[in-house]
Amino acid sequence: MTKWLENHVPKLVLAPSFVAILLFVYGFIAWTAWVSLTQSRLMPRYEFEGFGQYVKLFSTPRWDTAMTNLAIYGILFIVISMALGLMLAILLDQRIRVEGAIRTVYLYPMALSMIVTGTAWKWILNPGLGLEAMVRGWGFESFTFNWLIDPNMAIYTIVLAGVWQSAGFVMALFLAGLRSVDGEIIKAAQVDGIPHWRIYTAIIIPSMAPVFLSAFIVLSHLAIKSFDLVIALTGGGPGYATDLPATYMYAMAFSRGNLGQAASSAMVMMAVVFAIVVPYLYSELRAKHD
Amino acid sequence: MTDLAYVSPRAGQRSTASRLGRVALRWTLYLLLGLFALWFLMPLFVMVTTSLKSLDEIRTGSLVALPRDVTFEAWKTAWGSACTGIQCEGLKPYLWNSVLIAVPGVAISTIIGALNGYVFAQWRFRGANLLFAALLFGCFIPFQVVLLPMARMLGILGLAGTIPGLILVHTVYGIGFTTLFFRNYYVTIPQELVRAAKIDGAGFFRIFWSIFLPLSLPIFVVSVIWQFTQIWNDFLFGVSFSSAGTQPVTVALNNIVNSTTGVKAYNVDMAAAILAALPTLLVYVVAGKYFIRGLTAGSVKG
Repeated sequence: MTKWLENHVPKLVLAPSFVAILLFVYGFIAWTAWVSLTQSRLMPRYEFEGFGQYVKLFSTPRWDTAMTNLAIYGILFIVISMALGLMLAILLDQRIRVEGAIRTVYLYPMALSMIVTGTAWKWILNPGLGLEAMVRGWGFESFTFNWLIDPNMAIYTIVLAGVWQSAGFVMALFLAGLRSVDGEIIKAAQVDGIPHWRIYTAIIIPSMAPVFLSAFIVLSHLAIKSFDLVIALTGGGPGYATDLPATYMYAMAFSRGNLGQAASSAMVMMAVVFAIVVPYLYSELRAKHD
Repeated sequence: MTDLAYVSPRAGQRSTASRLGRVALRWTLYLLLGLFALWFLMPLFVMVTTSLKSLDEIRTGSLVALPRDVTFEAWKTAWGSACTGIQCEGLKPYLWNSVLIAVPGVAISTIIGALNGYVFAQWRFRGANLLFAALLFGCFIPFQVVLLPMARMLGILGLAGTIPGLILVHTVYGIGFTTLFFRNYYVTIPQELVRAAKIDGAGFFRIFWSIFLPLSLPIFVVSVIWQFTQIWNDFLFGVSFSSAGTQPVTVALNNIVNSTTGVKAYNVDMAAAILAALPTLLVYVVAGKYFIRGLTAGSVKG
């Protein structure tokens, strides 16, 4: 008996986590998937019904807005964060004297809760008292900057705050990437008198492809899960103008009492995440085996 | 590292004009870096100054002006009497809730992660790889997909709207990351060490305790900081699974900011936001190196 125990200790140690993950991840996903195929409203009903919830979901204008917003927000957030992060990393890579201090400043937003970030930007973007009032106070009386309450522009305030929060993090990723490029090649290029910008565009940046990929994965993951920032900054408003799939799902689950819609929207979110992450994970794991 | 100011062997032949251009380039570089630093710091600056102003001064003054009369009234209100709805007890009880959720959540998930990582790195068995992949997968799911069944499960367990319920949720969904941290750390320790210890008659826990644990301080710091930041800053689980008295600080902050009763007290909002941000900011300032290590380790794989 002791011998058996000794041999199986490693498995026994893993057992609780295994059971927990099996239930709380896989079991729960299965539950949500099943409910998304039923007629559930306030209470879950388990009779299979088919894809009615998905049909309904994709014919709901509010969901349409949420998906469009996710596309706008996701693309802008990812592209701007990456461009800004890369630029900051290159600027910081020039033997800057106070690099440590600057890096600390650029990265601190990542330590904040999205709710704090949202609260701060909501105040800064407040049309009556924030930036708009400030610029008007400087004498530009006709200056308007009311994106926060403009249904067509409000989604861009979320991009702004999201980029502010994440750009420093992307910079840190890229800076680590820049530093790991083979120094010999760069020196050789410099000796040959190749201009610095050419060294970046022709040698360093192309060799950082894996860093671009992982930055992209992290940012897209962040974008799809974005929930707190929208809640704190715009509350999904004005109207539904800044709804994202995550806020739609939450509204259906907890204020509308529509479990079927909540479950089907959650499944669509998961599908979007997997469309991006699974190919990446697959290639990562394969690379490890080779 | 490349360097715009690198002096190539031919630099001696260059004219003063190009040297001037070089200095100008250097200045532009610092100017740009400084402007971005201002952009990143501006919201923090605005939060702090706004929190120290009176409401009158906020209405009449500029967003970025320094406070004329520094007052800590807003801080006192945010701490002890701001309204989060019908209750007006300030942020204090909710800060405490977050501590009560974060401390056990961080401790349990880190300990489980350390043991799991130790098994995955050093006690491999058939199917271990598959199990590890299954665990990692849990790091990637959007939590919306487990929100509904979790609410029901907490109800069944009698934990709905309680702090132990939130501890459970954070522990379960934190294990994937903590296991990843420890596994990647322990995998660098040579397997011969374990083999030799086994021959000497040491068992699973003995080897962990006397060989692995003493080496583990850095990765414990990374894991603790990561989990603490995640749990402290969480909003989705907090807002979904808490009830009136058990809300974490992020939920309470959002309620204060969006409470519709009375005059909008922007100074109180800002003081409350800083209070909610202070613990994670402090961790970042004190242990930034480990914070970044967790972020990059967690991001490359999660």
